[in-house]
Amino acid sequence: MRPRLELLDSNLISRVLEEAFELLETPGVKVASPVARTLLADAGARVEDGIARIPAPLVEQALASAPKEFWLYSRTGERLVHYGGDTVQFDPGSSCLNILDPETERPRSALAADLVRMVRVAEMLPEYSAQATAMVCNDVPQEIGDFYRLFLVLAYSNKPVITGAFSAPTLNAMLKLLAADSGGALNRDAPRAIFDVCPSPPLNWSEFASENLVQLARAGVPAEIVSMPLAGATAPVTLIGSVVQHAAECLSGIAIHQLAHPGAPIVWGGAPSIFDMTGAGTPMGAIETAMLNCACTQVGKSLGMPTHGYMVATESHLVDAQAGMESSMSAVMGALAGINMISGAGMLDSLACHSVEKLVIDAEAIASAMRLVRGIEPRSEHLATHMFAEIGLSGEFLKLKDTRTLFRSEQHFPSSVIERGDASATFSTTFERARDRVEELLNLYIPPSPPQLEALQEVALHEADRVGLCTLPGLGSELDSIHSV
Amino acid sequence: MRDHILNGMRQSIIDGAPSAAATLAQEGLANGISPLDAIDAGYVLGMEHVGREFARRAMFLPDMMASAEAMKAAMDVLEPQLKKTGIERPSAGTVVLGTAKGDIHEIGKTLVGTLLTANGFTVHDLGVDVSGERFAEAVRTLKADLVGVSALLTTTMKGQRAVIEVLAKEGLRPGVKVVVGGAPVTRQWAEEIGADGYAKDAMSAVTLVRSLIEHQPVVAQ
Repeated sequence: MRPRLELLDSNLISRVLEEAFELLETPGVKVASPVARTLLADAGARVEDGIARIPAPLVEQALASAPKEFWLYSRTGERLVHYGGDTVQFDPGSSCLNILDPETERPRSALAADLVRMVRVAEMLPEYSAQATAMVCNDVPQEIGDFYRLFLVLAYSNKPVITGAFSAPTLNAMLKLLAADSGGALNRDAPRAIFDVCPSPPLNWSEFASENLVQLARAGVPAEIVSMPLAGATAPVTLIGSVVQHAAECLSGIAIHQLAHPGAPIVWGGAPSIFDMTGAGTPMGAIETAMLNCACTQVGKSLGMPTHGYMVATESHLVDAQAGMESSMSAVMGALAGINMISGAGMLDSLACHSVEKLVIDAEAIASAMRLVRGIEPRSEHLATHMFAEIGLSGEFLKLKDTRTLFRSEQHFPSSVIERGDASATFSTTFERARDRVEELLNLYIPPSPPQLEALQEVALHEADRVGLCTLPGLGSELDSIHSV
Repeated sequence: MRDHILNGMRQSIIDGAPSAAATLAQEGLANGISPLDAIDAGYVLGMEHVGREFARRAMFLPDMMASAEAMKAAMDVLEPQLKKTGIERPSAGTVVLGTAKGDIHEIGKTLVGTLLTANGFTVHDLGVDVSGERFAEAVRTLKADLVGVSALLTTTMKGQRAVIEVLAKEGLRPGVKVVVGGAPVTRQWAEEIGADGYAKDAMSAVTLVRSLIEHQPVVAQ
């Protein structure tokens, strides 16, 4: 059996959905985009003063047309990320401003080169099924910050990408970039990227966010709703109350999205969190935050929707015991809850700071969590007696053929980041070992040689030129050399 | 043909395939490969590969056990031939191994023995639950260069100290190195009881034994 974590019984899930549907009618949902409002009104919602009251049948129809599963593809067209069912996958957290400097162990502004370093390391770690546009590069003008992150990830990676736009004009440029990446036109049948779209709590779709849903649906680019109820501040203080709000935000988002293009891929996702009553923080590492993510997922799953959550992060400013404890606890919980995509690995300081070293440590927690999900299974007709039949009471299990054929599937082997009583014990810290591992992975990394690089660079140069940037920060020598070939 | 067979011998150790290792040993002899060449240019290369892979966590204990079994299967074919031809494989040194008094765990010690044998040492395994007196007797009669005492339990670790004390009492200690190992054993413990060395695992035991025997001053026995 596969071990599972379920926090809500079916009766409570029904009540959550009942109240969420009720909220969609009273008080309704703020929708700022005129296009989205028109779509809703034409389909039977009552729209007044920027508030849409969405009747249940409209939402039910949207749920029926939304795909229950879909894939993201690698650059070379392999299916790498599966949204749907109980598939569990992880990607690094997104969009922070700072990076923990590996030498000083203090945060500083993230630069394009830092994002590239993280992309290279994430590319080498199988625990991350997808890349994320993980940092805002402070050496790139803000107007194209979202666009430029995606450019660097596409240039340095083959994996699918989880990204998002900060404004309408850059969304267009980002879609152009993806079109260039897939050889000229967006490939509806084999998308490589998914865009996070964030409603503002409570129950408010800003003009950009609602517009974004419509554009993505029409472009055939998958969208991931990132609903962020802050229990106690921008959402009900009870965990279950926040789960209701999360459900209502997702349902309204799915309605807008499916009205724009029925059948377009969309994910029931979010970054719900409790609100820290001691100092206005959003504790991403709190157990209740992890519980919210698991419960929200359960509601989405009950509707058959693909799911997403935000976990494996911490409030700690350093890669320390708290960071390890909080990140690994939520990695285990998210995996057991069967969340399709869990974002957040590598992140410190309530999502304000990234650390490449933490990313490799989190990969170890993720690998252990995935081992847990595989559970305990019989591997042969008899469980143990056949082994005793072979060796009696000699205790020589190490010599058994079964041992040799089965130990790799029974045991997970961590990397050198994890201390396992090695002969060469140097009393190093986890952070120090992670730093070595990062260097090791960077040395093993082979830059992809996308045939589309020239086209990508052309789009990037055009955007850079628009904001007065004359170089492309973060593009390393190896890419230049590929370019010149 | 010769290279093909030697490569196969190396590979049979990496694959941990005893029957292939034995068959290739016979094939090698039939094709004029001397037993010494088969060992040094064939099987030992495989064992060295396994050791390197083990050190970088690409192969694991069960793989190494299987490789050791394959090595043993090859040696079972080659050793009678060596004896028959009167040629002896030059020994890197004579080692006496055993598990401390009161301790019956032998996997670690056996693995060390197999690896030492594969690396050219002459190994006499005294088995488990071995008293200091039996170690001393073996050192005397075999003119051993080194004694290895294993212990898995904290309660039997003191047996390692007893071996060193008996060797000293019988005047054998100056002529023989003593190394200790086993899960609870630490470098500090080795120093405390006056052992010459400590190894955490079988691979580092080989390195340790080699360095101790190479640097041993010649002492009249």
